[in-house]
Amino acid sequence: MEIVRSQRKSSFPSSDIVVPTIPLYRSTPALEVRLEEFELYAVQRLRVLHGISDGLSRGKKPDEIQKLVKDLWKVNMMHPDASEVVNKDIISHFVLRLVYCREEELRKWFLSMETTLFCNRLQLETPEAQRALWDEFGLPYKAVSIAEYESVKDKLNQVARAIGQSSSSADTIFYKVPFEEVPDLVAKRKVFVQKGIAYVATNQVISILMTQYRSHLSKALALTYRKWNSMIREQEKDRLTPIVEALSTSYLGPDYSQPREYAELSLKDIDQVAKRSFPLCMRHLFEKLREDHHLKHGGRMQLGLFLKGVGLKLDDALAFWKAEFSRKVGADRFDKEYAYSIRHNYGKEGKRTDYTPYSCQKIISSTPGVGDHHGCPYRHFSLENLRVALAKMGVGGRALEEVIDKTQNRHYQLACTLTFEAVHGASCDAGVNHPNQYYIDSKRIMESKNNSKSP
Amino acid sequence: MTMEEVENGRDDMLIDGIEPKQNQNIEIPEEFNANYLRAYYAKLFPYTDMFKWMSYGNDGRHPGCDQSYVGRREISFTLENDIYTRFLSFNSITELEKAIKEKCPFKIDIGAVYSVDPAKKDAYSQNAFTPVERELVFDIDISDYDDVRFCCSGANVCSQCWPLMTVAIKVIDTALRDDFGFNHILWVYSGRRGVHCWVCDGKARRLNNEQRAAITEYLHVYKGNENSNKKVSLMGPLHPFLARSYTEVLKDFFEEKFIYSQELFSNEERYEKILEMIPEESVTSELRGKWLDNKRSRDDVNMARWGHLKQLLQSGKHKAQGIRRCVEEIVLSFTYPRLDKEVSKHMNHLLKAPFCVHPKTGHVCIPIDPNHCEEFDPSAVPTLSKLLEELNRGGLRSEGEDELENTSLGKSIRYFRSSFLQPLLKSCKEEIESSYAAKTQQSKNTLSW
Ligand code: SF4
Ligand SMILES: [Zn+2]
Repeated sequence: MEIVRSQRKSSFPSSDIVVPTIPLYRSTPALEVRLEEFELYAVQRLRVLHGISDGLSRGKKPDEIQKLVKDLWKVNMMHPDASEVVNKDIISHFVLRLVYCREEELRKWFLSMETTLFCNRLQLETPEAQRALWDEFGLPYKAVSIAEYESVKDKLNQVARAIGQSSSSADTIFYKVPFEEVPDLVAKRKVFVQKGIAYVATNQVISILMTQYRSHLSKALALTYRKWNSMIREQEKDRLTPIVEALSTSYLGPDYSQPREYAELSLKDIDQVAKRSFPLCMRHLFEKLREDHHLKHGGRMQLGLFLKGVGLKLDDALAFWKAEFSRKVGADRFDKEYAYSIRHNYGKEGKRTDYTPYSCQKIISSTPGVGDHHGCPYRHFSLENLRVALAKMGVGGRALEEVIDKTQNRHYQLACTLTFEAVHGASCDAGVNHPNQYYIDSKRIMESKNNSKSP
Repeated sequence: MTMEEVENGRDDMLIDGIEPKQNQNIEIPEEFNANYLRAYYAKLFPYTDMFKWMSYGNDGRHPGCDQSYVGRREISFTLENDIYTRFLSFNSITELEKAIKEKCPFKIDIGAVYSVDPAKKDAYSQNAFTPVERELVFDIDISDYDDVRFCCSGANVCSQCWPLMTVAIKVIDTALRDDFGFNHILWVYSGRRGVHCWVCDGKARRLNNEQRAAITEYLHVYKGNENSNKKVSLMGPLHPFLARSYTEVLKDFFEEKFIYSQELFSNEERYEKILEMIPEESVTSELRGKWLDNKRSRDDVNMARWGHLKQLLQSGKHKAQGIRRCVEEIVLSFTYPRLDKEVSKHMNHLLKAPFCVHPKTGHVCIPIDPNHCEEFDPSAVPTLSKLLEELNRGGLRSEGEDELENTSLGKSIRYFRSSFLQPLLKSCKEEIESSYAAKTQQSKNTLSW
């Protein structure tokens, strides 16, 4: 990509017959870009990516994300000149690559948002357009022949029924793909797998394209990073470098990794505060820790990061965990084996990057196993155990039945919101999306009640 | 590597350490002690076989061999007083043997192969030091089945509950071979309360974390803990993998063995556990009514009651959603393998090496042949004291390698060599040769071009 001047040739496939509507961003295009556009386009794409990121952390469902992406794209990425739309798409992508290539955490975020964007745009495309992308990737997978189809037909039908689809028919095309290429389909048992080969139906092809796109972009980011370090930063130090550096910090969505309001939670209040202001997931972990003097890894992460987010200082956190764990494993062992990870959560060890407290979505989608206590009680408790836990929080009568009703309909965050409202006697209009948000909202209400009591 | 992962590694290492000593169901003539262990390391530990394994053919003379390979493998020792040292590495059998004999580790763990020598990791940046290869591993513990066995709990096992491990091996082993196409799989008794599995195919060693997680989730069905009561929820009909596991292994095991060995229906407390899994009031109350009047019959009570339950659920009389799959759910809840998922998902998780000796039981962690896993009897596993006794008895007669072969460990070593190591090394050799040939071919092409 040339900024202002334009001489270089590019290998961007302009002579291809099929031009897919979604570019694969294979190489920097030979385009002229004005400096203002360089920045403006990037900011607009960034709005899309942040919108997606925000939607995901709010626990939006796939179809909601789909709609979100569609809207965000329309608002931010259109251009009065229709012929410019594709250019804008490409330019903004390449600029953000520069911005986000420079640190591991940034790369990860960018990779995952761009992949989500790609995948959702792809779903909006026609099968023919998807097919065109398939050709462009040059994927070598073979379709199952008719003779072979007969031999695996029963299994394929069995999978179709298991994932709630009607049986496949002979005209559904299946591709034979190494299982490594479709990890998400394998993980959810959405494909038939035999001797390392996954049988991927036409309507699952997006999964393959997504994997391809992700791995392609991941490699490209590493390469961009090298180029940035070895030449671009220096060459562009008076022109692009300052813009690129400013862009990476230009927008921040809700971030609970640093305590914000009501910062500071001191150890002496912690039990009382836990009772009043922790959401059930954290309260359960907290009580289990007090009871067993131990939590397994998943529980330590979920509770530990939450506590960091609500303002428990590192020293206090160490004292808090030590007081419990040393009763089970001894102080010495705590210092040697657990203290490190707590400091790590606070960014004091290892890579020194902050870990972010988990959102409801992340907690709800976790899969606690035997001996684990993390997860979301609305999602992971049996109804009986949930009733007991809610009763302990003081939720009863009609409120309790409503919470149970929401839970049974799998609206876990709504159930949590109703619990919040029952416990606090106040409404929570935004709904619960993040345990730390629950906490902050609770503190806010407590505060205002206190103020009105003692004017 | 993130420290989160390091910490996971530690959790695993803690498994044997954390709980207090418990009485064993398996009788040990003599407890384990450090002197015994020293003698074991001096005379019996199969250094050469272990080193051959870890080298994966790279110790050969072929120009395609990667001489640095084995030295980039992380080994960790846990010493007598629970001091553990991570990120050790060994370049030769001699180095490995010397270190083990000198330090006499109570536990040896095997980690990943890294991009650079893990012992020198501090000389490299975070980014340059990353895991590049790792066997796909699984860890199954009988203590995770405490809610479905009534004979033992915690780390104890007996012949009534050990078959749960046997069916776990069958289900997972078949899936790894038939579904994922792996061939070089080693099952190992963990020395006390479970089994470990090492999948060693080149393709398995090179899986990334996302692909490992995908396989783990594919194999993972049991989702419960003490907070939830439905441990397995099936949305619709079974996926072919689960259908096969169910019809070929689990159903028969449950109906023909497990309901009797654990007397699953013998009293109210036990059968209530099963009724809890049926979400339809009318069914459970009908069954309760039937089972309350405890009239004697000639049939075994477990068999009779399981029969009632099945008949009622499958009669089609109750059409309620959610009960159609109940029979399968119950069987799977009780018998489906319960994996420790974290161990399998990350490349840099540590796992105890085969042929270690468990410090609490004195049992040697010997391989289990998945084709004959029902013959495996944990109480018959060679113990340190037994082996030393055999050595003393036969001591003057033989030397070196033979010494090992003549003990009761001999059978395990022979199995390890002939059924696991030899075929593995053969395919490693082929892989090294063919990838070398492909490389030279490629460079020729570039030259001519
Ligand atoms: S909905 Fe969110 S805050 Fe509430 S319990 Fe579940 S995870 Fe915690
Ligand atoms: Zn038992």
